[in-house]
Amino acid sequence: MTGEMTGIGAGDIAVRNLTVQYGSKRVLDGLDLTLRTGELVGLVGPNGAGKTTLLRALLGLVDVKSGEMTVGETALPSLAVKQRAKLFAYLAQGGPVHWPLSVQSVVELGRVPHNNPWQTMSDADHQHIDRAIEKTGVGGFRGRIVTSLSGGERARVMLARALAADAPYLFADEPSASLDPHYQLEMMALLHEQVDEHHGGVVVMHDLNLAQHYCDRLLVLDGGKLVADGKPEDVLTDELLESVFGIQVARWQDGAESYLVPKTLSGL
Amino acid sequence: MNKSNLISPLGLNGVLGIALVLTAFAAGFFGQADLTGEQFLAGLLGRADAATNIIVQELRLPRIALAILCGAVLGYSGALLQGLLRNPLADPGVLGVSASASLGAVITIYLGSTSAISFLVPFGAISGALIATALLVLISMRETSVLTLILAGVGISSLAAAGISLVMNFAPHPMTLQEMILWMMGSLENRTFYDLYLAVPFMAAGALCVAGAGQGLNALSLGEETARTLGVDLKRLRLRVVVGTALAVGATVAVAGAIGFVGLVVPHFVRAFIGFEPRKLLFPSALMGALVLLLADIITRLPIGSGQLRLGVVMGVIGAPVFLYIIFKTRESMR
Repeated sequence: MTGEMTGIGAGDIAVRNLTVQYGSKRVLDGLDLTLRTGELVGLVGPNGAGKTTLLRALLGLVDVKSGEMTVGETALPSLAVKQRAKLFAYLAQGGPVHWPLSVQSVVELGRVPHNNPWQTMSDADHQHIDRAIEKTGVGGFRGRIVTSLSGGERARVMLARALAADAPYLFADEPSASLDPHYQLEMMALLHEQVDEHHGGVVVMHDLNLAQHYCDRLLVLDGGKLVADGKPEDVLTDELLESVFGIQVARWQDGAESYLVPKTLSGL
Repeated sequence: MNKSNLISPLGLNGVLGIALVLTAFAAGFFGQADLTGEQFLAGLLGRADAATNIIVQELRLPRIALAILCGAVLGYSGALLQGLLRNPLADPGVLGVSASASLGAVITIYLGSTSAISFLVPFGAISGALIATALLVLISMRETSVLTLILAGVGISSLAAAGISLVMNFAPHPMTLQEMILWMMGSLENRTFYDLYLAVPFMAAGALCVAGAGQGLNALSLGEETARTLGVDLKRLRLRVVVGTALAVGATVAVAGAIGFVGLVVPHFVRAFIGFEPRKLLFPSALMGALVLLLADIITRLPIGSGQLRLGVVMGVIGAPVFLYIIFKTRESMR
C-alpha cells in the first residue's frame, strides 16, 4: 500500500537543537534526532522527561523556543495547519469523544485533513476508512456508539481513526496505557504492522518489554535531553536503566526474545 | 450508518421542509381577521380585495417570514454553539448576546418613554448585540480555552441583566416599565417588512461567517487537541462561530425580542432522530427552529390567548417541559 501523496512528500523528519520552555522550565533541551518512515520508534523515559512535549512540538501544539524541525527540505512551522495534519496522525493519550457518536463516524474523522469543509467524502476516503476498520478489526461494531464500548474496543476505534488518515507518520501517546495484557499486545502489533516504506510511527510508552519487542528503534529522553538513540538491545543496558529510571532489572532469555523485569530501586 | 438513527438527515430535512411550507400556509390563515385558504392565496397574489391584500402582504407575510428566519437562526445557532462548546446545555443566550441586545432595547425604550421613537428599539438592540460581540471577539482572540468563553458569556449576561434591572428601576412611568417587560417577553406582532430589512443583512452576514464551520465542529468531538492535529484552526473557528451567531442572534432579538428555549431544545430534538454528529445537526436544526417558532407564533394568535399571549412565553411554556422530556429520554446515551 502506498502512502497517499501529501503534496510535500514524506521525507525524513529532522529535529535540530530543539528547545521548548514552559515558563522558566526547560521541558526539551537541545534535542537532535531523526525520524523516518519504515520504522516504529519507541519514545521512553521517566515521567516528565518531555516525551509528550516532543510529539506536541512536532505537531505544532506547543510553542518552540528555539531549534529547527524539518520534513525533507521543508520547515515544519512553515506548513499550513492542514498540511501538517496530513503529515502526522496523532493518537492522543485517553483522547475524549465528546458526543455519543457511532464507530463509523469517529473513524471518518480521520479523513478531515484531506477534505475541505464543503467536500463530501470520496471513494478514496471510504477506502481508507474501510481499510483502517478492517486492520483494527472493529468492523463488527461500526454502528455501535463509541461511548458504550469497552476500553479495549474503544482504543482500537481510536487507532482506526488515526490510521484512516493514512499519514506518513503516526504518533501515539501511551496507546497501551490503560489496556489489559491482551489488548496491549494487540495494540503494539497493530502499530508495528502499519509501518512500511511509506509509513512510520512514534509511540510513547512505559512498558520496556513491549518497547523492545515491537519497536525498531528506541529514543530515551531524560530531563528534556536525548540520552540514547538506537536499537532496543543496544539502548536498554543496565547502566542506562539505572541512570535514567533508577532501577535494577532481572533479565532472562526465552528463545530469541529477551525480557527484563524491574527488581529494585537503585541504591537500596 | 448508525443503527440507532430513525431517519437519514436528508429524509429529516425533507419532512421538516414540507412541514414548514404547510405550516407557513396555515400561519397565513390565523390572526385578528381569520382568512380562508383561498383568501390568503388570493391576497398573496394581490387578487383579493384591498383590505385582504394589505393584511396578507403587509402583516401576515413579514410576520411569517420573520418567524421562519428567527426560528432558523435560533435553532442553527443553538446547534453551532453546542458543537463548539461541546456542551448540550449551550444555547444562543450562553454568550450574553441576547441579554445585551435586550439591554440595548430597554435603554432605547427608557430614553424614548413615548412611542415616538419606538421604531428605534431594534437599533438599540442591535447596538447592544454588537457591543457584546466586540467584547467576545476581544476575549476569543487572546484566549484559547472554551471554558473562558463560556465564563465570559456568563459575565456579559449577568452584566446586561444587571443593566436591565437598573434601567427598569429608574423607569419614569409604569407604562414604560410595562413596555419594557412586554418587549422582553418576545413577540412578532405588528412586524412589517421594515423589520425584515433590518434583520436580514445581519443574519446574512452571520450565515457567511459560520459557513463551513461544521467540519471543525465534527473534529472538535475528539477534543481541542486532536481537532488541531486534524488541521482545524481553532482560533479562527471560534471567532467565526462567535461573531456569526452574535450577529444573527442579535438581529433576532432586535426584531422578535428575547425568545428562549428554541436554540436549546431544537438540537436535542433533532439528535433524537439523526444522532449526535455536530455537522449533520446544523441544517435540520434551522428547519426545526423555524417550524417550532412558526407554530408558537400561531399559538399566540389563537383565541385561547385572547391576543395577549407573548411568543417568548409560549416558547418557554412549551419548550421547558419538552426539554425535560428529551433529557429523560436521552440520558442513557449521554451517559
